[in-house]
Amino acid sequence: MAELTQDQIEKLKALGRTQKENLLKLGEEFKERVKDYKASIYTCNATSCHSGGAANVIEAFKESLATMGLDKDVRMVCTGCMGLCASGPLARVEIKGRKPMLYEHVTPDVARIIVSEHVAPALKQNADEELRLSDFLKKKELSLDLPFFTKQRKIVLRLLGHSDPEDLGEYIANGGYQGLMKALTMKPEEVLDIIKRSGLRGRGGAGFPTGTKWEMLSKAPLVDGEKFMVCNGDEGDPGAYMDSCILGGGSHAVLEGMMIGAYATGATSGWFYIRAEYPLAIQRMELAIKQAKRYGILGRNIFGTDFNFMADIRYGAGAFVCGEETALLASLEGKRGTPHPRPPYPTQKGLFDKPTAINNVETLANIAPIMVNGPEWFSEVGTATSKGTKVFAITGKVKHSGLVEVPMGTTVGEMVNDIGGGTSSGKPFKAVQTGGPSGGVIPASELHMPLCYEELKKIGSMMGSGGMIIMDQDDSMVEIAKFYLGFTVDESCGKCAPCRIGGYQMLQLMNKIAAGKGTKADVVKIKEIGNAMRKASLCGLGQTAPNPVLSTMKFFKDEYDALLIDGNEPDEVKEDKPVTGCTINIKNN
Amino acid sequence: MADDKEKIQEETQKMLVKWKSKRGALIMALHEIQGAFGYVPWAAMEVTSRELDIPMARIYSVLTFYNYFKLKAPGKVVISICDGTACHIKGAPAVINAFRKELGVSEGQTTEDGLFYTQIVRCLGCCGLAPVVVVNGKTYGKVAGVDVPKIVAEWREKMQSEEQGV
Repeated sequence: MAELTQDQIEKLKALGRTQKENLLKLGEEFKERVKDYKASIYTCNATSCHSGGAANVIEAFKESLATMGLDKDVRMVCTGCMGLCASGPLARVEIKGRKPMLYEHVTPDVARIIVSEHVAPALKQNADEELRLSDFLKKKELSLDLPFFTKQRKIVLRLLGHSDPEDLGEYIANGGYQGLMKALTMKPEEVLDIIKRSGLRGRGGAGFPTGTKWEMLSKAPLVDGEKFMVCNGDEGDPGAYMDSCILGGGSHAVLEGMMIGAYATGATSGWFYIRAEYPLAIQRMELAIKQAKRYGILGRNIFGTDFNFMADIRYGAGAFVCGEETALLASLEGKRGTPHPRPPYPTQKGLFDKPTAINNVETLANIAPIMVNGPEWFSEVGTATSKGTKVFAITGKVKHSGLVEVPMGTTVGEMVNDIGGGTSSGKPFKAVQTGGPSGGVIPASELHMPLCYEELKKIGSMMGSGGMIIMDQDDSMVEIAKFYLGFTVDESCGKCAPCRIGGYQMLQLMNKIAAGKGTKADVVKIKEIGNAMRKASLCGLGQTAPNPVLSTMKFFKDEYDALLIDGNEPDEVKEDKPVTGCTINIKNN
Repeated sequence: MADDKEKIQEETQKMLVKWKSKRGALIMALHEIQGAFGYVPWAAMEVTSRELDIPMARIYSVLTFYNYFKLKAPGKVVISICDGTACHIKGAPAVINAFRKELGVSEGQTTEDGLFYTQIVRCLGCCGLAPVVVVNGKTYGKVAGVDVPKIVAEWREKMQSEEQGV
């Protein structure tokens, strides 16, 4: 940015102060606008419900409200993800003085019936009179007392499903940008200290402390007057869609988190790297940035302070490896997304060779609430080392498939049986896979295990970004391990040999075993290759690619044995051979 | 075809104006090109190379690295079959096979009549509806192998009536 005179800066600051007032006014205007409504109908229009036909449902609601002359009394809100995606399209009716009611599998016809048999009569009655619903509607009701809803604790998802993500006024009315405003009254060190004390760790998988990462960036000097914040929205784990929903339903909260980080670290601009497969997330983030520029949230002398910040979006192009931070940076620079060795860490030499902090979407979405409520409020939730909550996408063979946010330390059993409602098939639960292609399985015997970074690592899996695939007794563990390995082999960038060759060879052996032609020697070989990949691969993709195979071998040895030619013969006593070869020292040097 | 080439070059040139001054803009520019033409034509690559001052080899290396980019024009009806984990364990392989059988082509190929193009994608973010198939932006949830002929027939009919309409 060009140098300005003191006079010009003062003028910009005055403008910033006016813009801040206007922004707060926007929140007041929103409250004024909605205060006379007697009821609201919230319809989920996130990716899953939208794909299920939510747009037609919304039209049907609007049309029948208008026909019945209720459009002045009832507010229609298209929201972000409500969570129970398997039951979508979802719609929630909130009438003043009455308990909210949620409807599942709403079609345009059901929407019309909801208006004529629920909303219209309820508005004519007193709030204490009992509402008589037809059996048809009762069947469509989804109890909000389900453990799926009651066991959650929402920080990141608090506004999703309860507000219009495209309405900046509504975000402001719900305390939006208060975190940033508060941060701007403090010194950057004080903001850093708050984030450090909160104990927040990266939600992208590895769990690196966010405050520490930011401190590293704050210590790095500007290079050519620049330092960057990058938001990693390249959620490539197949079966996980937390970040998609957080960006789609709460883009301003993610932007606010990034801006607080920028103030704390001295970063000059920010980049959102979002998967091209998530058009809704991209569209909402673009809108948020446009609104933020218009109201002076982004720009120069923000809210009349000395803080300047700009943000922009870049799309991913379908490469799983770009979730790895150094590969992501290469992709942001418009190159092939191949990783490079660390150190130097991105906080020293990152995007365009300038210091850069890369944070996951969910991590950033936690920042503003921490700023507003204080670090103690946040660190009270969770376990000793894993603080706060975590958003999970529970999918696969589970009854209540959807998006949930639970305190860290919630057990696997609570997730599967209470929140998930057990298996969708009714057959016995077998295992849950966390961490996607980088993670491993948690067998039914470990249902008591609390979900936190350390425990998951101990069992040979990882937190990952939050994908959770539930499997029942019909699912073959060999098949699922092969599926994941096939995925990482496809997605390996090919730069380093352990991952490129090791993964491929391992997959050949897995195919052989799955075809019933494998031997015990093949299993030994797989373990050897796996260990070499873990130690010698350049980036996280290769280092973790063997996890699904090794972890299923550990917990479901019998399934492998049943497929081996010599599976029933007793094991030979064999010591683990040390891995030798030229690849081993890449990382240790 | 010469007209086509010129038209592509002209349109690409217009698209690149806003990316010229921006850092790391190549991938964004390629997204825009594919958005306009359905794939990245060679002629557009040449213009991009000249305008953004990036060697053709590097553009080609980027295009072939990322799954999202196509170098050939796909069929009129693009069928994306999700084989993410949730869809996989809920029966995506059977759906993939059904499409192969119905259309007689494998993924990444276009049918001889130039109508259908199928591709496997990894997670579209609506796992609650698994297995999921997206056809030209329209989502089909909880798809089973038996639904496949119906989906294909629906789009064949749609394309035929569109053609007759023109």
